[in-house]
Amino acid sequence: MPRESSHGSSHASSRSGSPWQGMGVVAVKELSDHLSSARMRVLEWLVVLTAAASLYGALRQAGAGDGSDPFVFLRLFTNAQAPLPSFAALLGFLIPLVAIGLGFDAINGEYGRRTLSRILSQPLYRDALLCGKFLAGLATLAICLLALWLLVVGLGLLLLGVPPGGEEVARSLVFLLLALAYAGVWLAIAMLCSILFRSAATSALVTLGLWLFFALLWPMLAPALAQAIAPPDPVMAAFGQPSLETLQWEQWLGRLSPAQLFNEAVIAVLSPSTRALGPVFLSQLEGALVGSPLPFGQSLALIWPQATGLLAGVILLFALGYVAFQRQEVRA
Amino acid sequence: MNADTPPVIQAEGLCKRYGAAAAVDRASFAIGRGEVFGLLGPNGAGKTTTILMLLGLTEASAGTVRVLGHDPQREPLAVKRHVGYMPDAVGFYDHLTARENLAYTARLLGMPRGERDAAIGQALARVRLEHAADQRVATYSRGMRQRLGLAEIVMKRAQVAILDEPTSGLDPQSTEEFLALVRSLSEDGVTVLLSSHLLDHMQRICDRVALFRAGRIALMGSVPELAQRVLGGGHAVRVQARGDGLAERLAAVPGVARVEPTADGGWRLLAERDVRADAARAVVQAGGELLGLAPDAPSLDAVYNRFFQQADKEELRHAA
Repeated sequence: MPRESSHGSSHASSRSGSPWQGMGVVAVKELSDHLSSARMRVLEWLVVLTAAASLYGALRQAGAGDGSDPFVFLRLFTNAQAPLPSFAALLGFLIPLVAIGLGFDAINGEYGRRTLSRILSQPLYRDALLCGKFLAGLATLAICLLALWLLVVGLGLLLLGVPPGGEEVARSLVFLLLALAYAGVWLAIAMLCSILFRSAATSALVTLGLWLFFALLWPMLAPALAQAIAPPDPVMAAFGQPSLETLQWEQWLGRLSPAQLFNEAVIAVLSPSTRALGPVFLSQLEGALVGSPLPFGQSLALIWPQATGLLAGVILLFALGYVAFQRQEVRA
Repeated sequence: MNADTPPVIQAEGLCKRYGAAAAVDRASFAIGRGEVFGLLGPNGAGKTTTILMLLGLTEASAGTVRVLGHDPQREPLAVKRHVGYMPDAVGFYDHLTARENLAYTARLLGMPRGERDAAIGQALARVRLEHAADQRVATYSRGMRQRLGLAEIVMKRAQVAILDEPTSGLDPQSTEEFLALVRSLSEDGVTVLLSSHLLDHMQRICDRVALFRAGRIALMGSVPELAQRVLGGGHAVRVQARGDGLAERLAAVPGVARVEPTADGGWRLLAERDVRADAARAVVQAGGELLGLAPDAPSLDAVYNRFFQQADKEELRHAA
């Protein structure tokens, strides 16, 4: 917030001038760096090639359908043909990698090149530098995701020969926004690490470790932890049923991972027949047309907690990085 | 320093504490317009911390600073707009050319698009980098990077230039060029604040120096003033001569307090008056060959070493 200097001089903690001054300049420069960097090109090819492979499988399946499916376009995103996962699942796995690639050396790279104190001696606040870098990373991710989305839709049009319906476009656009929020979480994690660790290698290792932990280990650990916290009821276990409490713990623990939040939201928005993201009782299904699609608005309501969770994660992680950066000494 | 104009940089009781340790302890100094002021001292004596406080990049624990009348802590943008800073081993974006690097700074400064190219061209010409302006900075030598750092300050039209260890790691020719550039900046009315531990460079360029020791300014003034204070008053004369028993003859010259042999086989006389004529006579009368006789200007090196020896001795005495 810009404060007036006449007020600022009355107490020592305030400062004059806009914290946003120079942010646009930083963002434009970082964006052009990202888009022209070799690192980004490698990551892009990785995503495009794996996505193409999974799309090929999905297209073959969708083409084999009898045409009765009202959401045949969304199948492009969700159909999986072994051994490849679906396009959406693959993106959920690869987006963090791209975001980490863009952010892991955002700040410590400037220390390493010894440019940080020189840039900060120009008339701009640290706020502008950090926000500019974050916005540039987010814009890069948005451009990549949008390009990928357009590729998928274009391929679908060409190979399926059916135009997507309005609801399909809306649902896939929500998917795009979710992917961007998910990418934002990982960008914020990567930038936080780039602030906390002076060495870019350490920061890369820590963020990649976190990524593997949340993508592979946590889905296995969460059920084990849930069983330790709420041991299954022996009566239910005798019937071969998990007990409700254990299930709930498992779900809540799982949702600590941004990957889990993203996956749940994607399932709900891309598979319109998804009616709930947790355990459902038979009594709740009374009168429901099982297998019939949910209206778009209801699907949105279903993913609202997951979407807000992802956004809150972006804001919280960015705020942590912001505070850490403000308190840091600039000397190398 | 001109007493009529207000100082460009004024620090009063400046302190920076990290926990119990004080990196800078009650530093006070004032620097006038166009002055070249040197911060001297061993590594870790508080020079860089002082510089960062002047720029508002580190908060002072106590004390006040005014740079061009602004408080760097509350109005850092106003200070940083008019102050050019070149950090120790300045870095640039290696994948950009020199021109692009300066253009980025110019945009950060909010320089209008129309002025940018001309200002960048002039600045690069001034530091004689125009031939390499469109090369990527990755190909630059250390001396060229330092000059590019200076070009940034020139382009900024800074009223104050703060240079941290600008000549460390430069070869002698680059050093000469660099010192000449700094001098020309000061002739244009730019106030220059340098920090270094390369004493002969500092002696050649600084109007005044401040000697830091463990966070405090232990001595401040022009080099001759400091020499007077630390080495004691009087004249020093270098004598180059061949002959037997000359040291005793020279010591016997009236007014000579001490005779020290020098590394090149001559002597250095410390005296309370100019004893050159008498010393020459003494050598000739003793049958020696007089090869050279010159007044020995006090070097900052001598001041510095003597001062730190004395200070360390005192510390030992206090400890004992």
